[in-house]
Amino acid sequence: MLEPWIFIALLLGVGMLLPGVAIAANWLLSPKKPNAIKQSTYECGIETVGETYVQLKGAYYIYALIFVVFDIEAVFLFPWAVAYDKLQLYMVLEAVLFIVILAAGLAYAWRKGVLEWV
Amino acid sequence: MDSFWIDPFSFIGSQLAAWLTGLGLAENWVSLILQLVGALALGTAVLMLTFLLIWAERKIVARIQDRLGPNRVGPYGIFQTVADLLKLVTKELITPEGADLLPYNLAPLLAVMSVVGLWAVIPMAPTLLGADIHVGVLYIVSVGSIGTLGILLAGLSSNNKYALLGAFRTVALMISYAVPMALALLVPVLLAGSMSMQEIVLAQKGLPFLLLAPVAALIFFVSSIAEVGRAPFDLLEAESEIVAGFHIEYSGLKFGMFFVAEFLHAFTISALTAVLFMGGWRGPWAEQYTALGFLYFLVKTSLVYFVVIWIRGSFPRIRIDQMNALNWKLITPVALAGLVVTAVAEKVALELGAPRLLTHLAGNALLIFAAAAGLGAYARAARRRSELLAKASKAEAPAG
Repeated sequence: MLEPWIFIALLLGVGMLLPGVAIAANWLLSPKKPNAIKQSTYECGIETVGETYVQLKGAYYIYALIFVVFDIEAVFLFPWAVAYDKLQLYMVLEAVLFIVILAAGLAYAWRKGVLEWV
Repeated sequence: MDSFWIDPFSFIGSQLAAWLTGLGLAENWVSLILQLVGALALGTAVLMLTFLLIWAERKIVARIQDRLGPNRVGPYGIFQTVADLLKLVTKELITPEGADLLPYNLAPLLAVMSVVGLWAVIPMAPTLLGADIHVGVLYIVSVGSIGTLGILLAGLSSNNKYALLGAFRTVALMISYAVPMALALLVPVLLAGSMSMQEIVLAQKGLPFLLLAPVAALIFFVSSIAEVGRAPFDLLEAESEIVAGFHIEYSGLKFGMFFVAEFLHAFTISALTAVLFMGGWRGPWAEQYTALGFLYFLVKTSLVYFVVIWIRGSFPRIRIDQMNALNWKLITPVALAGLVVTAVAEKVALELGAPRLLTHLAGNALLIFAAAAGLGAYARAARRRSELLAKASKAEAPAG
C-alpha cells in the first residue's frame, strides 16, 4: 500500500538533488569576486530608496480569500466526482445546488466590485 | 527477446529484479533499489529532455516570426542549449546583500522539484507509470502548487522591492488560475469515476474525453498555460516588464533552474492534457505492444506542446488587470457551468437513454453559446461606459 508513495518521495528527493548538484557545479566553476557594487540591490542602475518590504495592496488579500473559498469547494467536490457512477439524478442535482450557491457568492463579489485590480 | 519487443518496460524491470535477487538481497531492498533506479532515470530523462524542448521552442517561435532561429552550433543549432548551459555554469553566483540565505537558495530547488514530482503520476505506457496512486489528480493540483511557493520564497528573500512586487503578482495570478484548473480537472474524474490517472486513461476506451467535454479541456489547457506563466500570460517575468520579476537577483544556474522549471512545466501540462483529455497512451495495438503506447503518448504530448508554442508566438501579452478579470469573470464561471453541464448531461444520457456523445456535445455547445452571449453583453456594457465617459469629458473640454 505504501509502495507508490515511496517512489514519489524518491522522485521528489531526486528532483531536489539534481538541481542541487548542478548549482554546486556552478559554484565550483564560477569566479568568486564579490564587491559592494555587484552585491547591492538591483534597481535598473539607480540607488534604492526606502525599505524593501513595502506594504501590500488590499487586492491581494481579497484574491487569496476568494481562492480559498473556491479551492475548498473544489476539494469538497472531488469525493462527489469519484462517487458519481453510483449516484442518482437527484444527488447530482444537490451538488449542482451547492455549486450554484458558491457561484452566487462569486456574482455577489463581482457586483460589489472587489474583483477589480485597482 | 520476444518479450522485450512486446513489453520492453516490464521486461527490463523484471530482468533487473532477477539480477538483484540473484545477488542475494531481500525482497523489500530489491523493490527499493528498483524504485530508486526508476526515480533517478525519470528525473534525469526529464531534465535532459529540457535541452530538446528549449531548442524546439526557439526554432518554432523563430519560424513563426519569419526568421531562422539558432543554426550555428551543431546541425540545425541542436547544441545551442548545451552552449548556453556551459555559459551559465561559469557565471558568478552574485548573492545580493541582505538576502535571506536559506529561502534564497531553496527557491530554485523547490521550483524544479515541483515539476519533476508531477512526472511520477503520468502514465506513459500501459506498464510505464511511476506511482499508480488512487489520488493522482489531487496530487497534481497539490504538487503543482509547490512551484508557486518556490516563487514566493524567491521574491521574499531577494531584498529587492521589485522582486517582492513581482512575486506577489505572480502568486496572485497562479492561485487565481489554480481554481479553474482544479474545477476543470474534476470533469475527467467525474467521467472516469476515479482520481487515478491510469484509470482515467483506461476509461477513455471508446471516446477521448476531449470529445465528451471540450469546454473543460479548453479551460484546463488555458488555465495551465497561465499557471506556468507562459506567453501570453508572461507579464510577470518578461524582461521588458517589472525587470524580470521575482528572479531579478538570481544569476548563473540558479536562474537557469527557474528557466528549466518553466519549460519543463509547459511540457508537463502538455503531457497532462494529452493523458487526461486525449487518451494518453491509447491507440491501435497499444495494449499489446506497450512501446507503441509510449510512442502515441509522445506524439500527443508533442502536438499539444506545439500548440502551446504556437500560442506563444501568436498572441500579445495580456495586462495584469485583464488577466485577473479574464479569470474571475469568464473562466471560473464557465468552468463551474461546464462541470454542472457535464454532470447533468451524463446522468440524463444514462437515465433517458439518449446518445451519450450527442448529449454532451449539445450541452457544451449551449454553454459556449451562453458564454459568448455573456461576453458580448459585457463588451457592449463596457463600450457604453467608455462612450459615456468620452461624451462627458468632451462636454467639459469646450467649457474649461
